[in-house]
Amino acid sequence: MSVPEFDHPDVVLCPGGPMLLRGDHVVEDPDGVAHRTSRPVSAVCRCGKSGSQPWCDGTHKVIPPRER
Amino acid sequence: MRSGREYRRLTIGARRTERPFGLLTAGYKEAVLTPKPRGALSDGLFEAMRTRPSSWDDVLSIEPDHDDDTQIALWALYELHYRGFDDVDDDLEWQHQLLMLRRSLEQPFEARLRERYDAPQVTTPFAEAFFDYVASHDGRSLASFVHRDADADQVRELLSVRTIYHLKESDPSAWLVPRLSVAPQAALMELQYDEYGAGDPNSLHAHLFARGLEACGLRSEYGAYIDDVPCEVLEQNNAMSMFGLHRRLRGAALGHLAAFETTSSLPSRRMSQGLHRLGFPDEMIRYYDEHVEADAVHEQLAVRVVCASLLDAEPALADDVFFGAFTCLDLEDRFAGAMLEAWAA
Repeated sequence: MSVPEFDHPDVVLCPGGPMLLRGDHVVEDPDGVAHRTSRPVSAVCRCGKSGSQPWCDGTHKVIPPRER
Repeated sequence: MRSGREYRRLTIGARRTERPFGLLTAGYKEAVLTPKPRGALSDGLFEAMRTRPSSWDDVLSIEPDHDDDTQIALWALYELHYRGFDDVDDDLEWQHQLLMLRRSLEQPFEARLRERYDAPQVTTPFAEAFFDYVASHDGRSLASFVHRDADADQVRELLSVRTIYHLKESDPSAWLVPRLSVAPQAALMELQYDEYGAGDPNSLHAHLFARGLEACGLRSEYGAYIDDVPCEVLEQNNAMSMFGLHRRLRGAALGHLAAFETTSSLPSRRMSQGLHRLGFPDEMIRYYDEHVEADAVHEQLAVRVVCASLLDAEPALADDVFFGAFTCLDLEDRFAGAMLEAWAA
């Protein structure tokens, strides 16, 4: 058995949820304001409903699955 | 006999502490002492832990009076593996009679937790099935009560009983690190690194909570409120320690972690808004605001990366992952029910 190499993407699109972003980045919110990531992995809102733009705050879970 | 369901409303802030050497100096740290006994077992056990009897036979022969007695005894035995107590010798952590006693209390506790659990029928890929499983669990929410209805005294009471976990937040999951294979190990560390402040002690979550407590005028040393907490809090805490300390239960530990993270982000927003409504200090609001964003990340990591990679490596642990998740949700329901009942809310 060989020692495996694992997938470790920089960006992960979570079905029905946010985009995970690994590392240090600057993300522009819908109003054009730049936000620097502050943690090892960040979750960027994709449903547009988060109250903490541009970051995910879990709000996608309370909107109907087809609209996420 | 008093069952653990009959929650005692005690005066918060009344924990007994003693200054072990009669000294009172600037910067003095309050001693963390063995808790108040809750029955015959904990009474005999704590006395023995403090005095190191020549024979442990008497302690091993005591039957617990009720769940509260069992759970406080188990909690104190687990604490020997975390911070210990200032009135107990550190080397009792590995006293074999105490380990035997711990085991005899854990076995019926684990059996009882497993009895409550019904395995779900999983027909979709793991992450989807897990999120659906947690979403379908319907329990009462303390965060919703704090959001709209709680008064300041009730919130202070809730914060003080939450200290039993939040002041050692993530520590029970840290036991798991050397017990995992490569992919879940890296995934867990990616999550834990954030929990522990990514190297900055000021951002360590347990420390953020301690700062919040201090700003609220509550005590921030670990275990200060242990005598005030209902049995349900001890069960929550003991389940996490049991899952973390037994390699056999690594699946349950990670399932518990994933369910915890998955039910944190939105409730933390409600807590933050409730604290704001009641005029609580910014330091405590900041703790919950941090968890809105952090746990929106952590829930995805815990389910899609940590648990998924565990199950890629060890598919036979799938049922234990759901068992751990159920236990997290079930014990939180019981805790919420006890608090809301005591408040007649």
